[in-house]
Amino acid sequence: MSQAPNHADRSERFLLDEERTTWHDETLWFIRQKRDRAVYATPEFQELRELASQIKDHTLSRLAEYLEQFEARALANGVHVHWAADAEEHNRIVLDIVRQARATRVVKSKSMLTEECHLNPHLLAHGVEVIDSDLGERIIQLRDEAPSHVVLPAIHLKKEDVGETFWQHLGTEKGLTDPQQLTEAARQHLRAKFLAAEVAISGVNFAVAETGSVVVCTNEGNADLAIGLARVHIACMGMEKLVPRLSDLAVFTRLLTRSATGQPITTYTSHFTRPLPGRELHVVIVDNGRSQQLGRPDFRASLKCIRCGACMNTCPVYRRSGGHSYDFTIPGPIGAILSPNIDMRKHASLPFASTLCGSCTDVCPVKIDIHTQLYKWRQVLGAAGEIPASKKWSMKLLSRVLARPGLFAAGGSFARFGLRFVPHALSHAPGYNPWAIARELPAPPQQSFRAWYAQQRPNQA
Amino acid sequence: MKVALFVPCYVDQFYPQVAIASLQLLAKLGVAAAFPKQQTCCGQPMANSGCEQDAKPVYHHFVDTFRDYDYVVGPAGSCVYHVRQHFDIIDQTPAVQHVRTATVELFDFITQVLGITELPGAYPHRVGLHLSCHGQRGLHQANESEMTPVRDGRLRRLLAGLEGLALTELDRNDECCGFGGTFCVSEAAISARMGQDRLADHVRNGTRVLTGGDMSCLMHLEGLVRRRQLPMRVLHAAEIFNGALA
Ligand code: SF4
Repeated sequence: MSQAPNHADRSERFLLDEERTTWHDETLWFIRQKRDRAVYATPEFQELRELASQIKDHTLSRLAEYLEQFEARALANGVHVHWAADAEEHNRIVLDIVRQARATRVVKSKSMLTEECHLNPHLLAHGVEVIDSDLGERIIQLRDEAPSHVVLPAIHLKKEDVGETFWQHLGTEKGLTDPQQLTEAARQHLRAKFLAAEVAISGVNFAVAETGSVVVCTNEGNADLAIGLARVHIACMGMEKLVPRLSDLAVFTRLLTRSATGQPITTYTSHFTRPLPGRELHVVIVDNGRSQQLGRPDFRASLKCIRCGACMNTCPVYRRSGGHSYDFTIPGPIGAILSPNIDMRKHASLPFASTLCGSCTDVCPVKIDIHTQLYKWRQVLGAAGEIPASKKWSMKLLSRVLARPGLFAAGGSFARFGLRFVPHALSHAPGYNPWAIARELPAPPQQSFRAWYAQQRPNQA
Repeated sequence: MKVALFVPCYVDQFYPQVAIASLQLLAKLGVAAAFPKQQTCCGQPMANSGCEQDAKPVYHHFVDTFRDYDYVVGPAGSCVYHVRQHFDIIDQTPAVQHVRTATVELFDFITQVLGITELPGAYPHRVGLHLSCHGQRGLHQANESEMTPVRDGRLRRLLAGLEGLALTELDRNDECCGFGGTFCVSEAAISARMGQDRLADHVRNGTRVLTGGDMSCLMHLEGLVRRRQLPMRVLHAAEIFNGALA
């Protein structure tokens, strides 16, 4: 069968470099441990999670009301509010604003939403220079790659890779690997871009309905610098980013970075409520599949996500396959439950890229039942015929055998008989038996348990 | 008390000694468990592959097999979890509801139902405990590192109570082994890598006997141990306790 590569194919490629896989796994595990330490040191952490979960559930249950409230407050504050049904409309709106400002240079600070909408290529195609100002984002922009993580977009790269990229694009010394020096080079390069930019685009971590303000959390201060310098600020937000009140925000700022990196709070938590005199503030509210997901009762909770990345850091599969193996803007467990909503066929393998170990659910600061949703997406995909035909038919057959004890007992003895007498080379041939690529099959016993039991108690029915 | 032994399909066929040890251990604790021989499987392989609907006849068969027992005891947390958690898609008749709550994992049965918190005996070996995710996070048999730094759990306590047994302290106490049912073939490369990493942690920290309460994880790990010829035996905890208890 010639099929498009799926998650398993892409991971297999990633895993070929054993050492790099080890490094990737350990790097992310280190972040997971930092998260653990921050969580252990916060005795009320589980209460906070519960609170955050309830606030998000509540907000999603009345999302339309809160969006209207937000819009009314924002308009009253002198903010321009735009609504985009999909990525295309979002990109068109942003380009229009840039054109109206007669701008050709834009600085962007990290935003997964603009990645999701593929804004950069759109702006570039229309003659607008766009520079990502977040260090990690800038590195992957120079390399023309997609982010591999929602918080740490360049986590798949080693410092040697970054040195190589900067040597090629920023003219640093060849072989430079000192993080301090590399960061300094990026800083110098970006400073000029900041000063020249006419429009600043940012993402939005939270939007507060009662005040009409948007909140941006960063560690590098790049968003603030860009927004402070540019005449026009465009904040792009998914429509699920709302919280009702300013006081609710406090719950999330306590959870976000503890979960993400183990810090108590981001270095910068900036609130944007109204434009400065002579400046413009635009907020673009984007749907792009979100209301469809909201309409799926089993999956709507996925919209509670605050993009902390904890589920990626803890996922034993993500750590060993890398973010790009998911081939979706949001990788990892949360990406695997968001992506089928966007394109079920293309992303059909993602809900299967999990052992359902449940660690993602247990770290999620807003208590999304991620592993349950993975299981449920599998059922949806199965019912829609989006699983490999071989699997579908073997499962139907298995079901018939397992519902009939006589067939089952006979089938088992055939299997054991087969394993005992078929030569090892054949029973372990990789083409026929993926189990045996890395593992031995169980040594087949003489007798099944049921046969033993029958011998023990010959007169029992 | 009428107790049935639920022997998952792969245990029946490949690890009869685990079912035998479970049966004998229960007998030594005063419980004569029956083995209803029309039993087959819990349906998990189908459901995890996205074919939950196809599994319904298997669920019904499971309920019919075990409905007359007070407890259904199985030496595999994952299968038990499946019955308790995922038999929610068939009609919730009294029989279905009963079987779902009556199905318990072997060591939960011993500690929670029988109330036995210590098993006598000696096992002077360096033992590494593998926590099954479905047992730990699904059935709440052990503390989770996502929540607390304290490493505790029912099976861990029982093992620690055996004379001479030294428990391995792992670098990562509760990382998944990568079995995941059909995941082990559909994502064969990652599955193997996860298992190898799990075993490396045990080797690094001195495990000589690898054990756990879930034979499915152990089957996968044993396959890797044998391929790599690691100096380690793999035993289900029922085998250890049954052997230690004269
Ligand atoms: S699903 Fe939960 S853990 Fe994963 S990124 Fe979103 S908020 Fe964080």
